[in-house]
Amino acid sequence: MYGFEPSQEQQMLVDSVRRYATNDLRLAAHEADESGEFPHSVIRKGWELGVLQASIPEAYGGFGERSAVTGALAAEVLGWGDLAGALAVMAPGLFALPILSAGTEAQKLEHLPALAEGDWQPVTSAFIEPAFDFYPGQMRTAAEKSSDGFVITGEKACVPFADRAERTVVYAGVDGTPQGFLIPKGAEGYQICERERLMGIGGVPTFRIRLDKVHVPGSARLGGADGHDFAPILAASQVAVAALGVGLSQAAYDYSLAYAKDREAFGVPIAQKQVIAFMLAEMITEIEASRLMVWEAAWLMDAGHDASKAAYLALVSVSDAAMMVTDRAVQILGGHGYIREHPVELWMRNGRGIPAFAGLAIV
Amino acid sequence: MISFEMPETLSKTVVMMGSVAENMMRPVSRRYDDQEHEIPWDFISFMHEAMKAMGAGSLAPDRGVRKEGPRLGYQRLAFMIECLSWGDAGLYLCTPGGGLGAAAVEASGTPEQKERFLKRFSGDKPAFACMAMTEPQAGSDTAAIRTTAVRDGDEWVLNGEKIFVTAGHKSLVDTPGFVVVWATIDPAAGRAGMRPFVVEAGTPGCSVTKLEHKLGIRSSDTASVVLQDCRIPFDSILGSPEVETVTQKGFKKAMATFDATRPLVAASALGVARATVELLKELLDQQGIEIRYGLPRSLLTNLEREVIEMEVMLRSAWLLVLKAVWLADEHKPNTLEASMSKVKAGDVVTKITQRAVELMGPLGYSRDLLLEKWFRDAKINDIFEGTGQINRLIVARRILNYSSKELR
Repeated sequence: MYGFEPSQEQQMLVDSVRRYATNDLRLAAHEADESGEFPHSVIRKGWELGVLQASIPEAYGGFGERSAVTGALAAEVLGWGDLAGALAVMAPGLFALPILSAGTEAQKLEHLPALAEGDWQPVTSAFIEPAFDFYPGQMRTAAEKSSDGFVITGEKACVPFADRAERTVVYAGVDGTPQGFLIPKGAEGYQICERERLMGIGGVPTFRIRLDKVHVPGSARLGGADGHDFAPILAASQVAVAALGVGLSQAAYDYSLAYAKDREAFGVPIAQKQVIAFMLAEMITEIEASRLMVWEAAWLMDAGHDASKAAYLALVSVSDAAMMVTDRAVQILGGHGYIREHPVELWMRNGRGIPAFAGLAIV
Repeated sequence: MISFEMPETLSKTVVMMGSVAENMMRPVSRRYDDQEHEIPWDFISFMHEAMKAMGAGSLAPDRGVRKEGPRLGYQRLAFMIECLSWGDAGLYLCTPGGGLGAAAVEASGTPEQKERFLKRFSGDKPAFACMAMTEPQAGSDTAAIRTTAVRDGDEWVLNGEKIFVTAGHKSLVDTPGFVVVWATIDPAAGRAGMRPFVVEAGTPGCSVTKLEHKLGIRSSDTASVVLQDCRIPFDSILGSPEVETVTQKGFKKAMATFDATRPLVAASALGVARATVELLKELLDQQGIEIRYGLPRSLLTNLEREVIEMEVMLRSAWLLVLKAVWLADEHKPNTLEASMSKVKAGDVVTKITQRAVELMGPLGYSRDLLLEKWFRDAKINDIFEGTGQINRLIVARRILNYSSKELR
């Protein structure tokens, strides 16, 4: 059966995330983008919504089951509140969810309960690499087998909270196939560089990391000796980033629609001009179309099907929608859209990042 | 529940319709494009029998569908129409059954009217029905139609000229069908005075005067219908005969037809779009060109970019259609979703077919392949059942909460 309505339980979660996104994230977003960080109280409050904890089974300290659909619904609303804030709140998932889906029993028991039962912690993952032609299927960071484990060398970019993360999942190619490695802070050769300066997502601190022959034991490999399937992790990340992009687009659309009804020119609200009204009609059509692509990819994951292609196509779809919608939102506000007092220019800067952000969030 | 699990009964429908499309439509697709106005009787008779055998009755929702279980009428129709249009969009419009005319009766007729008008579609011989809205001086501006309906005792007297009536000839001349004519019962009342009337084949004063020659969908006839002192029974009006009550409910109920049919037209568009993407990929595959998914756009070849973008457009548009018909089956309002799906599908099918012809170069332009035909067939989807612009207007009024006066 087809269905296009969240379950009652999902709707309750979405409602509580929306309250947080409206009352906390949205209000703090501008200041965080300018100052470079969200107040810890805002991030902690987001963590206490329990989105990640509800994805982790009781056996590992959580109180639910992982669902990509539920995760995508929550991510969309967080992204609607603020992309940087959403990435900050969701950061522990970058560490926990790959362990949950691909880790050994020992890895799960070692890391998950402490995470799920505690306060928000800066654990993270290093995924993206600083190259124009980077793509997840072919990482330049390489893990060479050694007598007792692996030696990892390479460079990573856009690693959230790397400066304070006690543990990080670092992705590196083993014979060309990306694999996750659990690396503690302070490992020899593991160098955290200066904070990055990016066009957007200013509210979440991200860092470059250099790995210079970092030795890790075999047990640090996600999934143990045999490793793991990378495809589901990539798909879950593409779905997450796409869902965030849908939320960001919806935010820009909502804001510019309200503005267009309020702002008068030539004696009428500009929304009464077809040229503006049609822009808005096309914006909502693209948002809804790409949202359904995200839902379908997430549903495929939950149903145990191969979601790789659907997740990729969903992210392509959202990437284009997000750029189109945020650009138009700025355009509808005209000169005011270009001024940082309105949030649309921030959404436009953040929107451009969506196609590059796979690896920055996961559901 | 959010779910994309295709119900088994729909999977079966798709297999069956896919086979019809491949075996009964594709082989004659070129012929009926070349021979405009030749009636594809073989196809019509086959479809009539096939649909009866399937228990489908006709291409209309809720009839012939099992009573128990979830309501899938519109979803099923969307899948059927998509499949048949994959076969041939023009021939699909030659599928006997109610078409838009029956959809209007279905959406706003009384139980008695449904019995009286729709029964013919499950008879021994094929029958058609059509919808007549456009007039020589009024297309998108439907409130400007001049065809009048004047009450005379137990009858309505209709006068006016309708153009661009899809399947008008088949409904009124070739088979014992009917046309749903939109006319005004009070020219001073504007939209509020507009009503659909059912005029059956053979009614004196109703005649087909012209068949158009078109860019595409040539196997589907597009007729002019003239009504000259055409008398029909009083209870052939769909909706309320009173202008006053109409402003609140009657007119809106009558317009509900479009909420039902727009996603179905969108589904037809996407059948053509899917046919195009599939053939394009097949032709590229024959040349040893493989499409790599998962790469950033900067690393894709132009052909890969184009194909991937086509797949995104096609799938996302289809999901909009699916949601719109799902809402219809759930008896939930879907005006916004119906128009969004039509906007998107009209865009998608024209873009995809136009690019496919370009990408295939001289081969795409040649009538040896069907790509050029699909390019021509596709364009109608951005025009009929509300142009892309009219559907944008509907979406815009909905999201802005504006009346037709506030957003003209």
